Amino acid sequence: MSALEVEDLVVRFPGDREPVQVVDGVSLRVDPGEVLALVGESGCGKSMTALSCLRLVPRPGRIHAGGIRVAGREILSLAVPEMRSIRGSEISMIFQEPMTSLNPVVAVGDQVVEAIRLHEPVSRAAARARTLEIFQKVGIPDPEDRLDAYPHQLSGGLKQRVMIAMALATVPRVLIADEPTTALDVTIQAQILELIRELRSEFDVGILLITHDLGVVNELADRVAVMYAGRFVEEGARVEVLSGGRHPYTQGLLRSIPGRVEPGERLAEIPGVVPAPDDWPPGCRFADRCERAVDVCSERSPDATSLGDGRRVWCHVVAEEEAAG
Amino acid sequence: MLAYVIRRLFYGAGVVLGVLLLLFLLFFTVATPDDVARQALGEKALPDVIEQWKVNHGYDRPLWPWQDFDDNLFFDHYRRMLTFDFGRSDADDTPIMDRIRDGVGPSLALTVPMFVLGVVAGIVLSLFVAFFRETYIDRMGVFLCVLGMSISILLYIIGAQYLIGKTLRWFPISGFDADPSVMLRFLALPLLVGVVSGVGGDVRFYRTVFLEETGRDYVRTARAKGAGEGRVMARHVLRNALIPILTRVVVAIPFLFTGSLLLEAFFGIPGLGALTVDAIQGNDFSTLRTMVFIGALLFVLGQVATDVSYALVDPRVRLE
Repeated sequence: MSALEVEDLVVRFPGDREPVQVVDGVSLRVDPGEVLALVGESGCGKSMTALSCLRLVPRPGRIHAGGIRVAGREILSLAVPEMRSIRGSEISMIFQEPMTSLNPVVAVGDQVVEAIRLHEPVSRAAARARTLEIFQKVGIPDPEDRLDAYPHQLSGGLKQRVMIAMALATVPRVLIADEPTTALDVTIQAQILELIRELRSEFDVGILLITHDLGVVNELADRVAVMYAGRFVEEGARVEVLSGGRHPYTQGLLRSIPGRVEPGERLAEIPGVVPAPDDWPPGCRFADRCERAVDVCSERSPDATSLGDGRRVWCHVVAEEEAAG
Repeated sequence: MLAYVIRRLFYGAGVVLGVLLLLFLLFFTVATPDDVARQALGEKALPDVIEQWKVNHGYDRPLWPWQDFDDNLFFDHYRRMLTFDFGRSDADDTPIMDRIRDGVGPSLALTVPMFVLGVVAGIVLSLFVAFFRETYIDRMGVFLCVLGMSISILLYIIGAQYLIGKTLRWFPISGFDADPSVMLRFLALPLLVGVVSGVGGDVRFYRTVFLEETGRDYVRTARAKGAGEGRVMARHVLRNALIPILTRVVVAIPFLFTGSLLLEAFFGIPGLGALTVDAIQGNDFSTLRTMVFIGALLFVLGQVATDVSYALVDPRVRLE
């Protein structure tokens, strides 16, 4: 059974004239112990996809259609109290901003204790003892003293460790990590990634990793899904996508990584900018910026072309190449 | 923190001394003792009557230390104020300290319940409209708040006296009785007017604070770990929102002692607010400068109390 399954998810926000679909028919699957990386530029809908899995899409947006199953259980039809009992116990989330994601006036230990006691009928003392254990596990030095520390007394890396401790307080089936290392120093980034990797194998938790950093993807992910303008454009095993991306957008992303070009050589860039959600073209949404676009690209949305081993590409040009053999 | 409080009180003492200097300039040089005497006795008073009045009230001495270092009004003004030896009223010769002692009870009887009801009503109503943010309930609430803020308090007073006091006859129009069993009947109208006229501005301010806090990242974190809306509000939002709310609330506490100028004057409550209004209207300068001095003292205390309350609710604030 998959840890997390999303099927044809549509997230809508009210627009000026008509509703805007910032996530438009996304399907994904994360198995226990697997890391699926969701990659894309800012505003492509990856964070909204992540928040949907907890049913925390910010108002006035809402999940318009689709299905989301956590450990086999459909969550979109759950009543609010039931959904609450799943948040933080079956499915947890680590946010991008450890600086602001912790309550500034509550001791960090108490914030983890709260996460435990919301889901398990244990005493404060027992929850505190467990928090201490988790603090040790996530590598917080002097965990006893840190229990009573306030967020402003901790460094960014330590705060993110607290966030991870909170997310793992009640061992979840799914962990959603939304840019968990973006706000951190490079050395701290490596430590946090290492920690997530350890925890993944120890708890057999399925991880949905949201990032725009292909370096992080390379460190952590088993599979990769590339998103553009609310839709998937390519999905497959990490090695295959990162070393042989087929979709022109994936190829553009890969070419624009510094370090893959010789010193002195100009970095490739993708011409143009991501269109705003209320301005998405009909057909393939990347067509306007695509150097390989043909007529059909701006007329009809491409269907998925399966390349075997769960590898899928949404591109008319790739589909034709495959059909031609 | 103790060192900080002592230092702040020390600065505050400087402010109070400055206020006393301004008071002296206003009440002894801008309005001279001769003017004060003429105000008290009438324009046609004879010069020797005026001199006698000045002697009786201690205004006959030189103003400045360089005129007579041992016996002058300037030092005397400071000495009296700082030792709370306020002397007698310029208007009717009663000891000012007695008037203050008599007035503080009625003032507190009005201002303390008004303050408590106002804060509770403000926070409850603002949580209510903040909970229904961006719905018609919220918009209606904000509209009523602005409407309530825009109406003059005089209209509230007259309206309440006419409608509830005169037409409906639910409560007396004005007056006061220290007997606890009937006091509430007399306080009902001024309390109602005080709370209703103030609640609009409070709700608008608190609502903004609550909305700002509900949009923060830590609120999303609390929801993501499974906390319900009630818990998110009470444990996370309210505790953070308390910080800006405290500035507004704590700074007002010392002024509960000085009462309410308008409400006491219009509803006939013999408190310190009414005392001050009477002193202004009756050219009772000695009482007036005493009340201004007490106001300055309370203001300084309120500032220090606000700083201390910050440190108590916000772990990020260290007073050093």
